[in-house]
Amino acid sequence: MEFNPILIVPELYQLLLIVALFCQSLGDGSETPPAERWLPYFAGFGIFVNIPAWGAQGLLFGGAYQVDALSQFFKLAIAAGFYVCVLNAARQPSLEERKRPDYFMFLAISAWGLMLLSSAVELITIYIALEISSYSLYAIIPLRNMNGKGHQGAAEAGIKYILFGAVATAIALYGFSYILASQHTSYIAQLAKANWTWAGQPMAVVGLSLFMGGMFFKLALFPFHFWCPDVYQGASNETAGFAATLPKLGAVVVLIRLATLLKPGLEITTLLAVLGALSMTFGNLCALAQKDIKRMLGFSSVAHAGYIMVGLVSGTAMGLAAAAFYAMAYVAMNLLCFWVISRVASDGRNLQLDDLNGLYKRAPGLAFALGVGAFALVGLPPTMGFMGKFFLITSAWDHGYNWLVITLVLNSAIAIFYYLSLVRHAYTHEEGENAPTPDNSAFSVCGAGILAAVVLLFGMVPSGLFDYAILAGKQLLP
Amino acid sequence: MDFGYPVLTSLIVFPLVAAAGLFLIKSPQVARAYTMGASILELILGLPLLFYQFNADFQFVEKAAWVPQWGLQYHLGVDGISYLMVLLTLAILPLCVMCSWTYISKRVKEFHFCLLFMTSACVGVFAALDLVLFYVFWEAMLIPMYLLIAVWGGDQRRYASLKFFLYTLAGSTLLLAAIVAFRITGGTFSIPELMQINFSFRFQYWAFLAMALAFAIKVPMFPFHTWLPAAHVQAPSAGSVILAAVLLKMGTYGFLRFCLPLTPDASVYFAPLMIAVSIASILYGGAIALGQEDIKKLVAYSSVGHMGFVTLGIFLFNLRGVEGALFQMLNHGIITGAMFMMIGCVYERSHSRAICDNMGLGKYLPAFMGFWGLYALASFGFPGTNGFVGEMLVFTGAFQKSPYIGALIVPGALLGAAYMFRVSLKMAWGRPSTAKAWRDLNTREWAYLLIPAVFVFYIGLAPKLIFNIIDPSVEKLVNDLKARTTIEQVVAAQPAPASVAAVAVAETPAEPVNN
Repeated sequence: MEFNPILIVPELYQLLLIVALFCQSLGDGSETPPAERWLPYFAGFGIFVNIPAWGAQGLLFGGAYQVDALSQFFKLAIAAGFYVCVLNAARQPSLEERKRPDYFMFLAISAWGLMLLSSAVELITIYIALEISSYSLYAIIPLRNMNGKGHQGAAEAGIKYILFGAVATAIALYGFSYILASQHTSYIAQLAKANWTWAGQPMAVVGLSLFMGGMFFKLALFPFHFWCPDVYQGASNETAGFAATLPKLGAVVVLIRLATLLKPGLEITTLLAVLGALSMTFGNLCALAQKDIKRMLGFSSVAHAGYIMVGLVSGTAMGLAAAAFYAMAYVAMNLLCFWVISRVASDGRNLQLDDLNGLYKRAPGLAFALGVGAFALVGLPPTMGFMGKFFLITSAWDHGYNWLVITLVLNSAIAIFYYLSLVRHAYTHEEGENAPTPDNSAFSVCGAGILAAVVLLFGMVPSGLFDYAILAGKQLLP
Repeated sequence: MDFGYPVLTSLIVFPLVAAAGLFLIKSPQVARAYTMGASILELILGLPLLFYQFNADFQFVEKAAWVPQWGLQYHLGVDGISYLMVLLTLAILPLCVMCSWTYISKRVKEFHFCLLFMTSACVGVFAALDLVLFYVFWEAMLIPMYLLIAVWGGDQRRYASLKFFLYTLAGSTLLLAAIVAFRITGGTFSIPELMQINFSFRFQYWAFLAMALAFAIKVPMFPFHTWLPAAHVQAPSAGSVILAAVLLKMGTYGFLRFCLPLTPDASVYFAPLMIAVSIASILYGGAIALGQEDIKKLVAYSSVGHMGFVTLGIFLFNLRGVEGALFQMLNHGIITGAMFMMIGCVYERSHSRAICDNMGLGKYLPAFMGFWGLYALASFGFPGTNGFVGEMLVFTGAFQKSPYIGALIVPGALLGAAYMFRVSLKMAWGRPSTAKAWRDLNTREWAYLLIPAVFVFYIGLAPKLIFNIIDPSVEKLVNDLKARTTIEQVVAAQPAPASVAAVAVAETPAEPVNN
């Protein structure tokens, strides 16, 4: 097949950004405009760069790199998410000026790795892309400067993340060796034709389960979630905003591709369903007791990782589309919440629930946006969270995992308590002492407003976005 | 009929637009007047509803594709069961604005925002003919109600609002699962289409339980009622009015709209249980109300009892019972709504809801006590008031069904009289009087208390119009239920060739949906 660079324009553009940031990071920054000044424009332009490659089809690099509806859908989402994260991090109070080019470079590399991940259809390629996106994150998690010295929690979070990441990827690699040994190929397209029953290929089933462990780590699915609350809590608000959102997209896209191997009723599918159920229940129960908002959102992402499994186990195109849609919804809702958190904690501190008290008075716009985000995470209409959840359970009902669907809906009832406490503190409590001064600039309120509008809009008219998700699902599972 | 604009949609959209407009207003006084204007405009927009035809069809139907990939439709319409509820919702809004005119003094703009949002969602709940659309409105309404209690409520508002939210949301999560199951088994989300499909008993059994839990919490029926007194007592006056007049009706509306037509066999199967729980609600609500020292709590518990009459009427499955249930829904909305407004009135004077702080009003506030007496009489069903018609019909239905059921609810009606007399006597003539320095009702208060009073007498003395509206739909509902459950029995009784025709009717196989 002839190589057509148009197919991978988004990746190339992102690479260009990385190179530019790298060059800037070589100097001391005194002669170049600060990265946070110019990067947002270029990152924003990156969303439009996706247009020429939109709808492209092709198999590149020896069949290891697939450009299809699914990959382009996710690349667009990653580019948009990257733009929001860059904007969010541009005013990061806990990051020294001279470290900013490096910080943004690593952020960009991580996003780039995720773009590669959304197109990778061969296990080694997946593995490498995963590592690219993880390694750069390892480097930026500990970058948190409080009062002139490093933040202790951030260093701890960084080490935890590296250790867990190293173990998880080692497990994944180990699993890969089993898959290769038993099925003699590492291409997903060929693996899909192979036998994945326990009776037929026990080694392959074990291998695939272990390989997926690497993705579960990224997704923070039980029992690979232990890093998640600690890292969110330790990392700066803006970094946590990135780590909580985009990497999940990468993990979901790989799991969606791998889900083409999973037919309902297979042992490994059941394993996935059980992990999903455990993850949502465990995450929600733990989140109930949290006082630190980022930690709470950390457990909430454990729960949401469980929700996504519901779409993956159904083994239908609609299920995959629902999982993809839910991943989008998850990213949008979390970007919104982290945006508000970062803007409210304008001094870079970790917000406790009590710090939100009286937010409606101090920052009505941000409080409203936080309310939208919280209700969306619960899954109340008319938000994207509701539509996503609704699609998930509709696609999964009657495919052998009704108990999982029931677990999901019951979990929404548990989850309401802690999401509601965000609204409760922001709206019904009066302001306490030592409350942070929220950033009420037009930049901050407009950003929150636009994100909230996205969450509401796709909650009311989701069909346009959903068409693409279905197109992507149908290409994988016709 | 064509009125040049989609009536139901504009009733849903207009309050939202008006609510958005509130953000442009600075002064609280202007915000009040603006919302009042908006609520009257909303009523004017609803005028075409008066051209309702007295038949059992869905009217004012609007239909559009919403999410075609999943078969979601934007499908609205009203019939005899929902029509009165929509009107009630529209009529309650201006009363709420009026009764909060001085009651609400902080964050006035946001308060009216919640009221308008609430109205929009409530109209949506009663008008939706697509299960998911219904669910969207059903859940969306939780948010403004939560805020109404949590922000403008009394001392324990956080506890009460959280309890309200947790109860209702926990109940309705399973409703969502049931909705999805209907779609997969029945092939559509459209309520009128699902009404034509016969589901297996096993499916009906579980679907009924999932739906009944959601609705029973909302009504609320006896073991699930504990959120109601907390929410009512803590909510601001207007919040209580909406809660009592509209929200509670959604539960019973759900029984009528979903449980009976969609799961007829399970409804019959569970009817003894539902009747028992209803009777328990009537007796329990009445007995607890008798012991209350807080006027608002008393009225809240009396709601549990009154709503027990409604659910009882529904599960009697006869014409009088269901008619009575619908009457009682409307009446309870008018009477209890008015009573909560009165409690708001007196609270503004005494700043207490305790009976002992509001005694001896008869001499100093004659007009107030006059209205209170009227609504108290209506509340326990005094002849000539609307309460009588509803209770009478439920009684007739109950005795038709079984004299034992009838006998069991007689004490419930007596309890109603007992607790209402107890509180009213103390309020009118209790000593020492706390009302010496209070002024009687002002014009605004007269206005919002007079409007429900008109309906109390109108429905009480000339209920014919209401019968004309609800009867076709109720007859259709009851007959459908009877027809479908007897066909099932015929099929069960005589298997094989003799009942091929019956089987063909009974088991219209639905196309299962694969997605």
